[in-house]
Amino acid sequence: MDSVTRTEADETLLEVRDLRTYFHTRAGTARAVDGVSLRVERGESLGLVGESGCGKTMTALSVMALVPSPPGEVLPGSSIRFKGEELVGAAEARLRRMRGNEVSMIFQEPMTSLNPVHSVGSQVVEALRLHRGLRGREAAAAAVELFAEVRLPDPEVRFGEYPHQLSGGMRQRVMIAMALSCKPQLLIADEPTTALDVTTQAQILDLLSDLRQRRSMAVLLISHDLGVVSAFCDRVSVMYAGQIVEEGSAEEVFHHPRHPYTQGLLASLPGRHSRGTRLPVIPGVAPSPTLWPHGCRFHERCPLVMDRCAKDAPDLLPVAGSDRTARCWLESPESAAAREDTRA
Amino acid sequence: MIAGEAEVLLEVMDLSMHFSARDGAWGRVRGLVKAVDGISFTIRRGETLGLVGESGCGKSTTARSLLRLLEPTGGRVLFDGVDVLSMDARTLRAFRGRAQIVFQDPFGSLNPRSTAGGMLEEALEVHHLAGDATGRGRRAVELLELVGLRAEHAGRYPHEFSAGQRQRLGIARALSVEPEFIVLDEAVSALDVSVQAQILNLLSDLKADLGLAYLFIAHDLAVVEHLCDRVAVMYLGKIVETGPAERLYRAPRHPYTKALLSAVPSLDAKFESGHERIMLTGDPPSPMNPPSGCVFHPRCSHPKKDEACRRDMPDLADCGEGCFVACIKERSRLGGGA
Repeated sequence: MDSVTRTEADETLLEVRDLRTYFHTRAGTARAVDGVSLRVERGESLGLVGESGCGKTMTALSVMALVPSPPGEVLPGSSIRFKGEELVGAAEARLRRMRGNEVSMIFQEPMTSLNPVHSVGSQVVEALRLHRGLRGREAAAAAVELFAEVRLPDPEVRFGEYPHQLSGGMRQRVMIAMALSCKPQLLIADEPTTALDVTTQAQILDLLSDLRQRRSMAVLLISHDLGVVSAFCDRVSVMYAGQIVEEGSAEEVFHHPRHPYTQGLLASLPGRHSRGTRLPVIPGVAPSPTLWPHGCRFHERCPLVMDRCAKDAPDLLPVAGSDRTARCWLESPESAAAREDTRA
Repeated sequence: MIAGEAEVLLEVMDLSMHFSARDGAWGRVRGLVKAVDGISFTIRRGETLGLVGESGCGKSTTARSLLRLLEPTGGRVLFDGVDVLSMDARTLRAFRGRAQIVFQDPFGSLNPRSTAGGMLEEALEVHHLAGDATGRGRRAVELLELVGLRAEHAGRYPHEFSAGQRQRLGIARALSVEPEFIVLDEAVSALDVSVQAQILNLLSDLKADLGLAYLFIAHDLAVVEHLCDRVAVMYLGKIVETGPAERLYRAPRHPYTKALLSAVPSLDAKFESGHERIMLTGDPPSPMNPPSGCVFHPRCSHPKKDEACRRDMPDLADCGEGCFVACIKERSRLGGGA
């Protein structure tokens, strides 16, 4: 991939480079995020997929500067740029302004992020007061307007209700309303529909894509659900063992995966095609963040493993003939040449 | 259909589980929650029935009532021809040796202070299986190996296992009593995709090797399509459609089944033309205050929906090819129905 020129960088909303977030625990240092680079352009939706413990959520929390420290630490040399401005090492006041006004985040279980003893209306009013300086009737009117925007039925009635009176889908709508209160340019959604039923999930995803278009807001969607990411995102980054292993357009990655991990993950999805058959399975178990394997972190489970995989760790290599990347030696020029030879 | 000719193992008739809702433990009764409201289905030997539907539709309550972990308030359950609901304590224990359940969260259903081997041996002892202590120890190791764990795992405690291994252990414990029937209540729902695939393969293998019948409860429709022979769709305590899995997924008839299937985000949906998405409005109504007539009518988008739907709750009607649907409009479309 070409080196990023200045003009391109100016256009990029979020650019994460070589992010390393480690946790120092008694069991050793957990390298939860270990050299992640990703970018989100204005108005774009990027999906971050991977299985439990691969570092998706820690990547998002690092961007929000919400990693608990200690035991967590964003290592020097990591870079998180928002509209060109470096956020790693920035003053707390600057970070608070970023979190309040430019970047918002919603989580999987809205019940744990809402205060059970305040009405949902007053919680959104609070956000409006802090971020937009609105008061009194003005703030209440803006909150009701936000409730209408996230398609809560009877927004005036909902205003006075408490979290436990709302369904899971409605609570997530309240969270989205709160996240929108500061007019963010980037919304980080961490498993926003995982706790919801499939028909409610469809409603929330539909709402998010509508809001994204109307507000030209970029979305970083974190999910373990490949179907959700495929339906919602323009581009996708696949994470494994603290690293991005493949990145590209959602269509290309899901329909022509290059990295053996992505291929294995997609093949193990059950459905119509797999009825009456055994599912192809990725052998072994996911490694522990205190003990990532040497060389390529997937090599012990990879069906296409080669000698060099155990010794040298591959970088994200460009996939010939497309604008995506895969962290796999099969994409190296030598391997590509060897494939050409066997074909010839 | 492999199970087409096999004998019926479980027959559920008009099963109901109504709870009274109170204001606090001693408060007055405010109403009746009809969690399960008159449902019927059968499972043949070696067959897998999928029970799908959204949170609160009564799937898990159905499973718990038919195993008598809850005492159902109405209906009949026949297991191998014997009435489960009238069993005394002794016959009930024998029944539990033939019908088992595996839950979603294995960590919550495994004793944290018992080793893997210890809990398997305890189950064997309670059911007087595998002879003496040595025999039980040997059988425990066999069970661990049957589910893809190893002998050395026998001495480990639940917290020392990964989520996938814990679910294997939960399955091993269910298998310890050599059941003919296992309820799998969201048994793979909490697992990562790659681990889920391993457990699904294990379930298929066990079914093939031991001739087990499953009631497979899940909210993930793709998993159900992969594993199940037949599927029943629940909404608000009632079964609204049932049929062979292949048929039901290909051509759903009930408007709720159609909406449910179309809401699943599939990898191909976005790039496929002609994938019609039906967006349901609102949330499911409360089972304490269900709508009149057809329980689905307030959210239904059937073009012919009318007064009759608001008035009458349709029964399941035979619409051929082993399919049954509880929708007046679909029944009339088929020319009078049953």
